[in-house]
Amino acid sequence: MTAILSDPGTYLPDMEIIESELLEQVLAAAAAFQPERYSGEDIRRVLNQRECSPEDFAALLSPAAAPFLEEIAQKAQQETSRHFGNSVYLFTPLYLSNYCENYCVYCGFNSRNRIQRSRLNREEMEAEMRAIAATGLEEVLLLTGESPHMADVEYIGEACRLARKYFRVIGLEVYPMDSEAYAYLHQCGADFVTVFQETYDLEQYGKLHLEGRKRVFPYRFYAQERALRGGVRGVGFAALLGLADFRRDALAAGLHAYFLQRKYPRAEISFSCPRVRPIVNHDQPQLLTVTEAQLLQVVMAYRLFMPFAGITISSRESRRFRDHVVGIAATKISAGVEVGIGGHAGKAKGDEQFEIDDGRSVGEIYEMLASRNMQPVMSEYIYLGSEQKKGVAANESFNPPGTTPKK
Amino acid sequence: MLTVNGTELNFSEQQTLSQLLEAQGYEENRIVVELNAAIIPKAEYRRTILQDGDAVEVLNFVGGG
Amino acid sequence: MNNQQDPWTLGGHAFTSRFILGSGKYSLDLIKAAVEQAGAQMITLALRRASQGGKDNILDYVPPGVTLLPNTSGARTAAEAVRIARLARELGCGDFIKIEVIRDAKYLLPDNYETVKATEILAREGFVVMPYMYPDLNAARDLVSAGAACVMPLAAPIGSNRGICARDFIEILIREIDLPIIVDAGIGKPSQACEVMEMGAAAVMVNTAIATAGDVPVMAAAFKLAIEAGRSAYLSGLGRVLANSASASSPLTGFLREGEESGE
Repeated sequence: MTAILSDPGTYLPDMEIIESELLEQVLAAAAAFQPERYSGEDIRRVLNQRECSPEDFAALLSPAAAPFLEEIAQKAQQETSRHFGNSVYLFTPLYLSNYCENYCVYCGFNSRNRIQRSRLNREEMEAEMRAIAATGLEEVLLLTGESPHMADVEYIGEACRLARKYFRVIGLEVYPMDSEAYAYLHQCGADFVTVFQETYDLEQYGKLHLEGRKRVFPYRFYAQERALRGGVRGVGFAALLGLADFRRDALAAGLHAYFLQRKYPRAEISFSCPRVRPIVNHDQPQLLTVTEAQLLQVVMAYRLFMPFAGITISSRESRRFRDHVVGIAATKISAGVEVGIGGHAGKAKGDEQFEIDDGRSVGEIYEMLASRNMQPVMSEYIYLGSEQKKGVAANESFNPPGTTPKK
Repeated sequence: MLTVNGTELNFSEQQTLSQLLEAQGYEENRIVVELNAAIIPKAEYRRTILQDGDAVEVLNFVGGG
Repeated sequence: MNNQQDPWTLGGHAFTSRFILGSGKYSLDLIKAAVEQAGAQMITLALRRASQGGKDNILDYVPPGVTLLPNTSGARTAAEAVRIARLARELGCGDFIKIEVIRDAKYLLPDNYETVKATEILAREGFVVMPYMYPDLNAARDLVSAGAACVMPLAAPIGSNRGICARDFIEILIREIDLPIIVDAGIGKPSQACEVMEMGAAAVMVNTAIATAGDVPVMAAAFKLAIEAGRSAYLSGLGRVLANSASASSPLTGFLREGEESGE
């Protein structure tokens, strides 16, 4: 890098700024966290309580909780079962585009990484969706690299409208945008918006995200709140564990969701729990290792802290880990995952973001869950006539904010 | 005719609210008065001249939970 | 823990006592003793038609320095509550108002919908609004948005002394609402006041349990001790409760040792 880096705390002029004190609340709590302060007594106390306060959540993330993983797992399993029964939701990600304008040093999609770039056109999208729907899935997660130029809001909206033909639940994992754009995508059919904050350590964030709009930490942080203001039904949170102190990052991600849920009680909350994975053509910079046991500790802490939240377990993890975690704390699992661009219907024409570990098909995941006495669920939402996305049909035309109607 | 706390009184001669309250034995700093359903500030008692047909409510605090 | 070190605020006023005393249903002669024995800094009053001659006014019996909290008892609608609140303020005893809207003569349950409407109007007029309510989370959130200074859920029907019938729902309010939760109505004995304080209530309001007790001032003192004990217990954090049987289910985390993760 030759240019002087901008301050990651400063918004770009075109970015929407909303009135909120959430960021300060979360960062202050994360800064005050002293993981070494907790003892086994604290963990026993938390295990014996019915409720889990933010302070208890911090204790569960501390090293003191490590010897209690089994007890925590027992309790997490009870909580999961109390709120979700034995249901586990299936979905698959659909990568629409891997163009990216950010330079995140740990990511396979980053703009400096020489990979095969591509994006799906309308016909390709539909072919992918048809192939996915044929596997029986009813929920899809639409993803793009973070390029508002190569995958603009209108493009994503088109994908949502198409997806509405094939799926009952549509999640988005795309670049952060203004609330007006979220409202538009919600109109096009998007139900959920997930944005990974990656790390809540502002200093480390600045070192890892060198270019692009993603460098602006607060704009990313407030994406979920803007999405809720845009009307979406639920929002997802994640820290990419291993970029900084994973305990502090997990605490911040949990509190981010917690404070937002208190402010918007209607919001459905979910967590993803990714760890840093090896990427194509790139030496991993000095990232920290998070062990499986530590990852499990984090996942279970999320569960006890917000027992009603959905938790997704990534295909970056091993089968063994995923198979067990769905029985303990996770409620959503991806199946038939293709992380390259266009791999569902034909041969991928663009490279993948990261390497996956669990490539099992929908049928295989379904069988696994059934054999473990879990109930695979494709979707649980009922859309009533009048609520059906305000009559959105795939061929209906909406105008994204800032554009003129297309003829 | 004047109605004071539901009791009807003959409207004899013109009087101020203050005069009425004194005549009825109310202690001004312990009560609040509504005249025809509008609250009358204490400072207005002396200047408020009662008209035939007025309804006066005089209230004070009592024990309550 | 000395309550001088544990103040709380309501409408910009700081209080050290967490005991709000009701003044209904017992003789004026006992009010001073009850307030003193209770250590109460706030006492509720009602507004009624004045009796002629101004004899025996309750204000003459309330010790100086105690905050007066007029209630809107008798109101059946938001409009009536607003009217009573404005009248009460005209008496020159401050901006505090406890909203009580009841249009159910049998159980005397408060009407949350009308209460929210009255709260909104009175908060805009600068009152410190303390709404008495049926413990419903959505209504409580509406009260917060309407500008309430606290939320006052009932424990049981008013005047019933039946205790903490609404425990689970009060717990939800304590957890979810970022205003002081003052448990009002239905508390029948000191142990119940202690218990809601242990749960994290900010304060307790008691009237009938004291008014109908064998000895009013002595019972007021008993409630004071109970409320302080419950508050200290809450601040301390309760000790653990052991489950009555050890769980012997198969280990859930054994898989962590089954094989090291791939790719690292």
